[in-house]
Amino acid sequence: MIPSARVPFWRDQRVLRVAAQVVAALAVFFLLYVLWFNVTNNMRARGVRTDFNFLDQPFGVRIAGSDLRPTAPVRLALLNGIRNTFALAIVGLPLLTILGVLVGVGRLSTNWLVAKISSAYVEILRNLPPLLVVIFAFQAVILRLPAARNPITPFGWFVISNLEFHVPGFRAGDNYRPFMLVVLVAVLLGALLWWWRTRVHERTGTPHHRWLWSLGTIALVGTMAYLILGRPLTITLPQLEGRVVDGGYRGLGAFFAVVGALAFYTSSHVAEIVRGSILAVPKGQTEAASALALSGFQRLRFVVLPQAMRIALPPIINQYLNYVKNTSLAIAVGFAEVTLVAFQAIGNGQPAPQVVVLLMGSYLVFSLVISLLVNLYNRHLRIVAR
Amino acid sequence: MTTTASRPVAVRWVKKNLFSTPLNVFLTVVLGAAIVYLAYLVIRFLVTSNFEILRVNLALFMVGSFPRAQLWRVVVALLLLAIMAGLAGGMLKAAARERSKDAGIRLAEVRGSRAVGSWLRRFWPLGLLVIAALALTRTLTPTLVAIAVVGLLVASRWLGAHLGPIPRRVGWIVVVLLPLAAYWILSASGLGWDDWGGFMLNIFLTIAGILFAFPIGVALALGRRSTLPVVRAFSIGYIELIRGVPLITLLLMAVFALGFFLPRDLRPGSVTRVLIVITAFEAAYIAEVVRGGLQSVPRGQSEAAQSLGLPALKITRLIVLPQALRATIPAMVGQFISLFKDTTLVAIVGLGDILAASSFANAQPAFNAQGLARITLPFVALAFWAGSFAMSREAGRLERRLGIGER
Repeated sequence: MIPSARVPFWRDQRVLRVAAQVVAALAVFFLLYVLWFNVTNNMRARGVRTDFNFLDQPFGVRIAGSDLRPTAPVRLALLNGIRNTFALAIVGLPLLTILGVLVGVGRLSTNWLVAKISSAYVEILRNLPPLLVVIFAFQAVILRLPAARNPITPFGWFVISNLEFHVPGFRAGDNYRPFMLVVLVAVLLGALLWWWRTRVHERTGTPHHRWLWSLGTIALVGTMAYLILGRPLTITLPQLEGRVVDGGYRGLGAFFAVVGALAFYTSSHVAEIVRGSILAVPKGQTEAASALALSGFQRLRFVVLPQAMRIALPPIINQYLNYVKNTSLAIAVGFAEVTLVAFQAIGNGQPAPQVVVLLMGSYLVFSLVISLLVNLYNRHLRIVAR
Repeated sequence: MTTTASRPVAVRWVKKNLFSTPLNVFLTVVLGAAIVYLAYLVIRFLVTSNFEILRVNLALFMVGSFPRAQLWRVVVALLLLAIMAGLAGGMLKAAARERSKDAGIRLAEVRGSRAVGSWLRRFWPLGLLVIAALALTRTLTPTLVAIAVVGLLVASRWLGAHLGPIPRRVGWIVVVLLPLAAYWILSASGLGWDDWGGFMLNIFLTIAGILFAFPIGVALALGRRSTLPVVRAFSIGYIELIRGVPLITLLLMAVFALGFFLPRDLRPGSVTRVLIVITAFEAAYIAEVVRGGLQSVPRGQSEAAQSLGLPALKITRLIVLPQALRATIPAMVGQFISLFKDTTLVAIVGLGDILAASSFANAQPAFNAQGLARITLPFVALAFWAGSFAMSREAGRLERRLGIGER
């Protein structure tokens, strides 16, 4: 007689799979339950509030470089911190990209000195702890600048002391809003012309001149609007009047220490990515381009760089994410981005678990959105690639 | 004679590599001037600075507030670790030599002065750090200790390379036991790791963090590639959650909020809390490194194992993981370096590591408010740079040796 064809349930793959998942889920939920139980019990025992009402209580400290009073609620202080984190990102990301590309291309230069200096730049910076670079930039560079009593004024364009940097900025005039609207329309028009010229080029092969068309339109419309609306926007230089500085934009010294240090640090990683991506383009591509009699610049612009970009972009975005996470190191030099604000809130007796959860949540939302975009972009590339 | 013969070559080299185009001429001149100026600044800094703050506080930078009467424990631990490293290196070399002999390949042996040269080329950053630190000492003892460490390294490496296959098994047991003995010696005076500080704390947190995080990371990586949806979802959730936040927020959690999550009678010291959080953090990153290794193992390997009738667990343990982990060694060293640099963050949450030692020293009455961070911070930077740079070069060397990326 043939033994029963049925496998006993403890060796049945289907049963085992379900059982394993149930066990895993139970284990995780049990762990989470224990943590939750501990948190609620401990907080109750110590008389710590478990809700989020603390967000409306006064923050209690003045935030350097902002107009917030100490009586402003915690909510506004945290939002101010998030805005400062964004400011660090907006100034730093373009800076580190430019530096990284320059150094990465520099490592491949035919000029021996340029290649060696670029290598040294990368090998020194990427082997240092970023926190150390930030603290050094603040304590050994910014703090050694002249005091706010007698600042230095390079070219008359900047007013620099160890407390604040003043740089040239814009000042809005009367017709500022209509002017910005016109500029926005001009930019949209320029993009449309770009798209149209590309289409024409692809269909008929006539030169596209898309830079000329789009930028020309934007410049023309912008200039006309500027003249007609009577100088809606003026450039102001910071002026030293006694001890007060008027005009221009101002930023705390700590802000520039963080941006500078982290831009240098992250650019060393970007440089390695750029170099690796250029080297990763197969040599045959360059040779084929030479065989078509493309010039050196054309080879780079139309053959090598587009392919290198495709390889480099995902890891570079990863470095952008690292940069944004590293802006939290500003806590060490007292620049009030979101981590320092959270730290101060805890120090003023706000409940630590909730504050830390909010803090982590704000970074997490940002990171997840970026990695979602990167994944979408990767999928887009995969369709294009053969 | 030689100069006249070589001059055209040198001139040709300079012309080709420095002054080939107008742009290159411009770059060479500008950057050359900048480099000369930078070198002048560095030399002026080294010559004119007063390094008294480092001389007085060298022990603070190295071991924090570890009792000075107990420093011999650190020395003994160092010597034991030197024996361990030498023995392990020698035995690995012996094993590789035997394998290649079995395969009928002769490894090129580097001996004598050329061997010393190759060691200098590989480890000069560490040598620089040791010399800089020794130059700051005022007694002879640290120099003697350094000489003893190097001597033990060389001797135990020679011993390890000349052990037969069976003594080598004993040797590996000794290699595992030596760090435990070193820890026991360090902590036997009632000084657990919660009392450690200085550079010793940075190194300890790095090694312990990676060791504790490794098994969790491997499990998470396997979970992320599992065919069970629930397991996969939990693994992805954990990894992305941790990777999405900065380490410093987790450290704040460790210091301010971890107490809430633990049972009330469990009150770990601050280094233990930080170590828990570093382990949790590092596990997510190691999981991603291991996942890369798992992806590099061709599918045919596990399919072949399946066709031989191996059960799933054995396929993972015997076929997939050994190949995957071998491929991850360079990336794992990279992760090690990154954690090494990140251990400075513990200074922010109040631990006395080497970076904190820098601010302690700058707050002492004798050195207060003189802007001496410009002297202490470069010393700390040298310590981290030497370690990271040496390790990253070793990782590159390993990568070339293992032939990863070439097959």
